[in-house]
Amino acid sequence: MILDLARFTAVERPYWEELESVLGKFESDPELRMSLDQVQRLHYLYERCSADLARLDTFSTEPRLRDFLESLVSRAYSQIHETRARLTLRWKALLRAFPCAFRRRAGAFGLAAGITVLGVAFGWFAIRYDPQAKAVLMPFPGLMEPPQQRVAKEESANSDRLKGVKATFSAELMTHNIQVALLALAAGITWGAGTLIVLFYNGVTLGAVAADYLGAGQGVFLAGWLLPHGSLEIPAILIGGQAGLVLAGALIGWNSREPRNARLRAVTHDLFALIGGAAGLLVCAGLVESFVSQYHQPVLPYSLKIAFGVCELAALAAFLTWTGRE
Amino acid sequence: MTAARKSALEIATPEGIVFSYELATPVPRALACAVDTVAWLGMAYSGGRIATGAGFLSPDWASFLRVTLYFAISVGYAIVLEWRWSGQTLGKRLFGLRVIDAHGLRLQLAQIVLRNLLRPIDALPLFYLAGGMTVLVSPKGQRLGDLVANTVVARECRREIPDLAEIAPAKYNSLMAWPYLARRLRTLASPEAVHFALLAVSRRGGYQPLARVELFADLAAYFRSLVRFPDAALEGLTDEQFVRSVLRVIFGPEGRI
Repeated sequence: MILDLARFTAVERPYWEELESVLGKFESDPELRMSLDQVQRLHYLYERCSADLARLDTFSTEPRLRDFLESLVSRAYSQIHETRARLTLRWKALLRAFPCAFRRRAGAFGLAAGITVLGVAFGWFAIRYDPQAKAVLMPFPGLMEPPQQRVAKEESANSDRLKGVKATFSAELMTHNIQVALLALAAGITWGAGTLIVLFYNGVTLGAVAADYLGAGQGVFLAGWLLPHGSLEIPAILIGGQAGLVLAGALIGWNSREPRNARLRAVTHDLFALIGGAAGLLVCAGLVESFVSQYHQPVLPYSLKIAFGVCELAALAAFLTWTGRE
Repeated sequence: MTAARKSALEIATPEGIVFSYELATPVPRALACAVDTVAWLGMAYSGGRIATGAGFLSPDWASFLRVTLYFAISVGYAIVLEWRWSGQTLGKRLFGLRVIDAHGLRLQLAQIVLRNLLRPIDALPLFYLAGGMTVLVSPKGQRLGDLVANTVVARECRREIPDLAEIAPAKYNSLMAWPYLARRLRTLASPEAVHFALLAVSRRGGYQPLARVELFADLAAYFRSLVRFPDAALEGLTDEQFVRSVLRVIFGPEGRI
């Protein structure tokens, strides 16, 4: 095709500039919403520029103009052909997205919980049959002393040992636990092996602590200590593991004929919702652990702490089960 | 993962158009990453100083703020910037890189979050070794985070409309006195040579005088070798004027056949 390039450019340039300006607005504000007329105009400009590019493809002596149009069409293509629902950054939408994703991927949560229970069983039996394993399975200095001794010390404490550092302690708990949840998700890239290890290890620690305290007859103290924050923290870590297993499932692609890219694309929003929800729960858990869990009878009666923990767990279960249901 | 590494990502649209993104190579990516690391560490340090400054109100809450700010900045720096700057961070802007969707579609927040949350795995065991190795062996130069989020890092390809007036203003073109030879020249000139001549004309001011003379002499010799114009058409034309006349023949309305 013979093309009068100067005339072609002069005629089409206003359309190219208009499209560039519309795209600039889109790119500077990802949350921009357009009216129907604006969308139709954008589509028209995109098709016109695509046609210009097609005409220019047959006229290979002007690579710079072709590059420019390619760049313009590619930017417009990314806006026009996107069919995935946009994740809105509004609290209400996010609060619905989390439980919906949780329910859609309930199987992965069940697997995460199962692996953790296996870890709990392992930790439990390890401590019951080999008490010396405590040093290996519970690498926290605060848990090394016999449970009875710790309970007696905590219940007879006259001063607040966390006075002046409660907020700092909660920040450290939050950031550490969120890192564990993120690790459980990211380790899914190892086809799930890393996630299973993280979950199993968490289960082992939990089982070892439970065996140690229950074996010493300190079940009430254990429940009063762990339930207020554990009712949020443990599910949150499991949800992090759930996200990791969903990622692993998409990588492995059992019973799926779709290519890996399509499988990963299908779970992206759910992974985001799950890990965002888990992080939110862990922020709450960090605050509760620092401001509530560390205070024992007589400051805070065990019955009150246990009731608080049970209420939290029930509220979380109700939230995950019912929120966002059609 | 074993396919040969591509230098460009080609996207075919339903409209029958094919466009491409030039994929970023590992070195600019590593440099951008280094700049970003310095940037977020600087921000975290500044945040920490500000939080410490607020310590007169409550040392405990100031410390809370410092710990959470450090964590939020270390995790959120790239996420927030890539989201607000359409796939770019400070380092990527500096080195002309951009994160894009692997299918050329709009980059989604969930993709940005995922590719950045996978960074700790990419960084294993040290200095992004796992991610770097994956970039080298994956066909589209993706690190693990990119593979999961379906993203690639491309070179920024936003271009300006070329200024055709620089090729040649409308003046008498002696070559057009022999239209059949002009037509032949248009047919025979290779796109690469024409592109090269365009660059030479647009950048002529940047060349040393001697180099410029030699460059236009070479270009003129090439175009003369394609079509032999009568001496009357070339009389008084320098090599540079001849090259400009050739470009007018190829691009100008007078060259339309």
